[in-house]
Amino acid sequence: MVPIKKSPARSTRASAQPQLHPGSLVSVRELTPQRTRAILQLADKLEAEETLKRARRLLKRRVALLFYESSTRTRTSFELAAKSMSADTTLVSALSSSIEKGESLKDTGITLRALGAECIILRSPYSGAPYLLAQSTGLPVLNAGDGMHEHPSQALLDLRTMLRFLGIKSAKLNEKSLKGVTVTICGDIFHSRVARSNALLLPKLGARVVLCGPTPLLPDLATTLGPGVSIERNFDSSLKQSQIVMMLRIQAERLAGLSLDLDEYRSNYQANGERIAAHAPKALVMHPGPIIRGMEITSEVADGPQSAIAEQVSHGLAIRRALLLQALSPQPISGKRA
Amino acid sequence: MKPILIRGGHLIDPATGIDAPHDILLEDGKVAAIDKPGKIKRKDAEILDASGLVVAPGLVDIHVHLREPGQGYKETIASGTAAAAAGGFTSVCCMPNTIPVNDSPEITRWMLAPERNAVIRVFPISAATVGSMGEKLTNYPALKKSGAVGVSDDGKPILGDEIMFECLKAATRYRLPVIQHTEDTRLTAGCSMNAGPVAFRLGLRGMTVESESSLAERDIALVRKVKGAHLHVAHLSSKKALDAVNAARNEGLHVTCEVAPHHFVLNEERIGDYDTNAKMNPPLRAESDRAAMIEGILQGRVDCIATDHAPHACHEKEQEFERAPNGITGLETALGLTISVLHKQHGMPLPSLLAMLTHRPAQVLSLTGRGTLAVGSHADVVLFDPNEKWTFRAKDSRSKSKNTPFDGYPMLGRVHTTISEGRIVFQR
Ligand SMILES: [Zn+2]
Repeated sequence: MVPIKKSPARSTRASAQPQLHPGSLVSVRELTPQRTRAILQLADKLEAEETLKRARRLLKRRVALLFYESSTRTRTSFELAAKSMSADTTLVSALSSSIEKGESLKDTGITLRALGAECIILRSPYSGAPYLLAQSTGLPVLNAGDGMHEHPSQALLDLRTMLRFLGIKSAKLNEKSLKGVTVTICGDIFHSRVARSNALLLPKLGARVVLCGPTPLLPDLATTLGPGVSIERNFDSSLKQSQIVMMLRIQAERLAGLSLDLDEYRSNYQANGERIAAHAPKALVMHPGPIIRGMEITSEVADGPQSAIAEQVSHGLAIRRALLLQALSPQPISGKRA
Repeated sequence: MKPILIRGGHLIDPATGIDAPHDILLEDGKVAAIDKPGKIKRKDAEILDASGLVVAPGLVDIHVHLREPGQGYKETIASGTAAAAAGGFTSVCCMPNTIPVNDSPEITRWMLAPERNAVIRVFPISAATVGSMGEKLTNYPALKKSGAVGVSDDGKPILGDEIMFECLKAATRYRLPVIQHTEDTRLTAGCSMNAGPVAFRLGLRGMTVESESSLAERDIALVRKVKGAHLHVAHLSSKKALDAVNAARNEGLHVTCEVAPHHFVLNEERIGDYDTNAKMNPPLRAESDRAAMIEGILQGRVDCIATDHAPHACHEKEQEFERAPNGITGLETALGLTISVLHKQHGMPLPSLLAMLTHRPAQVLSLTGRGTLAVGSHADVVLFDPNEKWTFRAKDSRSKSKNTPFDGYPMLGRVHTTISEGRIVFQR
């Protein structure tokens, strides 16, 4: 054997990619506990604020919503958040625009900027698309879900929901706040941007994340997402350890070739009344939606007393107000970034 | 054409084992004489002072995409060969995935026509099947006669066992190597990078190393059945496939392979936040595979280095990662990267390293008289300073395209002069 000298591949970028606008949020990797706290505090502040005062916050500021995938919850939530602060919003969706004619994301972004957009909220079927948009426009870009990559505003609204349940004040949030808290995320982890954002964010605040699901939907290497993330194939035993359980739907549109026995899936991984009562009678049950009732969760659980599903939606509005205000503020709300 | 006398240089010709100060005389497009410093006298010759420089055979790259016919906005044969000359190359073999696909003697001859203005020698590799569709073999004897040096459906690997078997048999009959891009594309649909933790975090579907090694193994199994067949595995990127190739070699089969500089210099982490200039196929692999490529090269288990130079226009790379085309340019960075990583970091002697870029690739595709400075061979020469540190700038590239992950990258070893068949085609 020839001795091989250790020479790390020079994976560092020789030519630095342009910096994103500091008001952007593409990945929760950009979030430190401090910045997370600042966003949550701002959300609290805006929620408590007198309606008329809040309505002057983004008066006549222009926000574009660029949606390449259909979305009810996220789009409406961002739109209402912007309107509650009197921003002007423009919705550009794949079916009603020159996107259809093959215009590139870069050109669409440049066009929106030329039309006066000051911030773009992007939903794309392609992982990483918000980086491209942010780099080619220089505008703050809020990632409203990109492919299988991330959905950071969802992770923040989930966090707000959890903190309320646990009785932790936003102002107290730091890297140890969620110590001792175990969150199970169960279902189609592989295709889920919500799972990635949550699994990357929660351990930064001290939580333990247990991922649960069958191997085709949850490859072993999911634990490499970071410290604090582990896998438990047995749903019952992961429920037993958890204060919070987040159910995900199976993304049939992304399954591409995977064969899955759905009956078996239901019997092993469905959140139903019996299972929750037996193994997690006090846990908070969450779901980012859309729900497929009778598949990953039964109506009994989704509509039951432990369910936070509707609450999650309302926290979404608060979080997105904060993200928009931060994106459109002259200075980032919290000066420190990772 | 005036004779050229290169004096004062350190001559390295791996094919003949010369590694010493020598002068060299080029005349009528051939190497006319090699001798001790000061021995060769020619009054009518143009003198090149090579002091402080290595004088080596012009480099040979058996895997490039020159994009003509059909995609002249990415590269032309003229611009691609100019980039090659700037990188010290004097022979390049171009892949047939042009538009239309180079599956006919007419297109092969069109590529070789003087009107293409190639500044160095181009050797077309023709499609192994019509339109590279993997169904019907092209006309091997006619293609060979028109100048093809091998057959390949690069980028569209031949998956069918039957057609691959037929291809190997026919190619063997006409003494053509079969060059396979070993990727079982049935396993890589929708994938845009290497499978592993980075792909998982980025939410990108990943290509496993098994998708590469399994097709290599299938091909090797077929080579076993065709006496005298020569299989060349293009841009090999994984330890698994490298082991398969070497096991075949140990069995006595004629199986060779090439590795591209990016696969021994970079790993998958280089993709960072979806940098499309780090997207190619095969993809940048895990660090362990990168290390295995270096180890394989140092141990002589890799036949040669080839760039897989794959130019794409800026607007094509400025797309979402999954939509951007595969490939990076490589002709102008190959030597600087190879010297800096294999020689400087890993202590590979210059002659062994140059062998991987000269006579060994020439041997793989039987390019006679190329990749060596033996008297009588083609006067293809490169003069470079092995100690010069420099920084590659994509904007200065002679290629029409700038899609490289090595923009601003430190290089060691810089080309000063490139001579193709006795003509100076690049000088800095
Ligand atoms: Zn290829």
